[in-house]
Amino acid sequence: MSGIRIKAAMSGDTAVIKCLMQHPMETGFRKDAKTGQLIPAHFINHVVATVADKTVVDAQWGGGISANPFLGFRVKGAKSGDKVVISWEDNQGEKDSADATIA
Amino acid sequence: MKKYILALAGLGIIFGAIAANADPEADRMKMLTYLEHKNPEVKPADYIYGALAYDPDAKSQYDSIMDFPPFLDLIDKGEKMWNTPFKNGKTYADCMPNGGKMIAGNYPMFDEAKGKVVTFEDVINDCRVANGEEPYSYSDMKTMGVLTSYARTLSDGMKMNIKVDSPASLKAFDDGKKTYYTRTGQLNFSCASCHLDNAGNRIRSEILSPSIGQAVHFPVFRGGDKLVTFQNRFVGCFKQVRQVPDKEGSTRYNNLEYFLSYMSNGLPLKASVFRK
Amino acid sequence: MNNERRQILKGAGTAAMVAVAASAGLLKPGAVFAADWNKAAFETKDMAAAITALDASGAAESDQIVLDAPTIAENGTRVPIKVTSNIPNTEHIILLAEKNGTPLLADFDLMNGTEGYVETMVKLGGTGNVRAIVKAGGKVYTASKEVKVTIGGCGG
Repeated sequence: MSGIRIKAAMSGDTAVIKCLMQHPMETGFRKDAKTGQLIPAHFINHVVATVADKTVVDAQWGGGISANPFLGFRVKGAKSGDKVVISWEDNQGEKDSADATIA
Repeated sequence: MKKYILALAGLGIIFGAIAANADPEADRMKMLTYLEHKNPEVKPADYIYGALAYDPDAKSQYDSIMDFPPFLDLIDKGEKMWNTPFKNGKTYADCMPNGGKMIAGNYPMFDEAKGKVVTFEDVINDCRVANGEEPYSYSDMKTMGVLTSYARTLSDGMKMNIKVDSPASLKAFDDGKKTYYTRTGQLNFSCASCHLDNAGNRIRSEILSPSIGQAVHFPVFRGGDKLVTFQNRFVGCFKQVRQVPDKEGSTRYNNLEYFLSYMSNGLPLKASVFRK
Repeated sequence: MNNERRQILKGAGTAAMVAVAASAGLLKPGAVFAADWNKAAFETKDMAAAITALDASGAAESDQIVLDAPTIAENGTRVPIKVTSNIPNTEHIILLAEKNGTPLLADFDLMNGTEGYVETMVKLGGTGNVRAIVKAGGKVYTASKEVKVTIGGCGG
């Protein structure tokens, strides 16, 4: 099951799209409280959003984005019923993807 | 100002006087009136937001975060725990009135047969034990915390509805009230010192939440990820005034929760919210 | 995620598997990235160096960028930030935190009808300026806001 939740609804002629991704977003600068060792960097570094098969957002991220990251954006000219796809890749090569329909 | 202080002294508030005969509803009205006078610009309906009600900058961050809370995956875990049958095939919904929906506002409740206050978490553990499972520790946020982070949301919107309507329940209420108003710990603070006398004021950089409105918005996810139940917060508060805390689920803490929940009667519940 | 996807993403697929994946809709169009991750920009401790690595130097202060950030962060690990760019043809919105160990937070490349608007939550290492840089029509614009970060919270 995808760890991406998407809320997508029209507001006038603009689609308001919000998504929440499940990810620890470790910066690589934090130390494990018990072992004193640095917790390895593990964060989403690339997010792509498409609406009706067109890329609308291509974002590069660093570890400074909060854990379980949130992203909101608005697409003018999108329509109710259009498919939204959110995909991410992280610095360890893991990926995830999910889609939703604009309400 | 002098008239105001005299009026409050008459209500027995400033000098921490505890009335000889406890009338819970009168106690609640006294507390509400005090808070309304203290910060007339804050609507009593907003007390459910705690310290956020006194700080628009903070409330705005709460609104942004609650728009799509980052802790949804933990609540989902709680939902799974709630829906997973016990070894004997029964579920939590089978134990609880109304299948567990819209009931949390009735707890804590005084159980005359048991002669003590029973919390929502007690009902969960009673259900577990009755169905052959081990009870959860009230201190364990990974089990009781996560489970109630979902289970309590089934009562979202319900108005707090605590009853104190017998001599025995009144004794428990009074015990909770006594704990609330009694100074303790090396710092010698009572709950009232901060959350009544100084509600809306700052202790260093932090705004103090009013006691009315606290009971309806637990558990909380501090910073968006650290789960804290109501009694787990009692433990934190007692430690902060440098008093050795009880463990969650003690008689003292159950009675305190009983008292505090009564003080929030009439306010709508909302579980699993963000706090700093 | 389901097993088929896991197999493909692990690279265990052959051409045949790739064809199956494509027809099953598992390879989604648009999942190819516009550019490689800008390591130099993200890993530098120096804000000016990050901005240079992004080709975003020399930005003019602009009141057409509305940077909505709190005055005092409730929690430094989760600070809501909203950037609205009223500059026509906004192509990139870049976010930096002056006091973070590595200041560059994010670079949003917006296209195909997306408004000059992004909303996210960031970690702030300490009190300092959050800066938004907008690339639009070949020019660069910027706005900033100071966000205070305290170690408070009456931590339980």
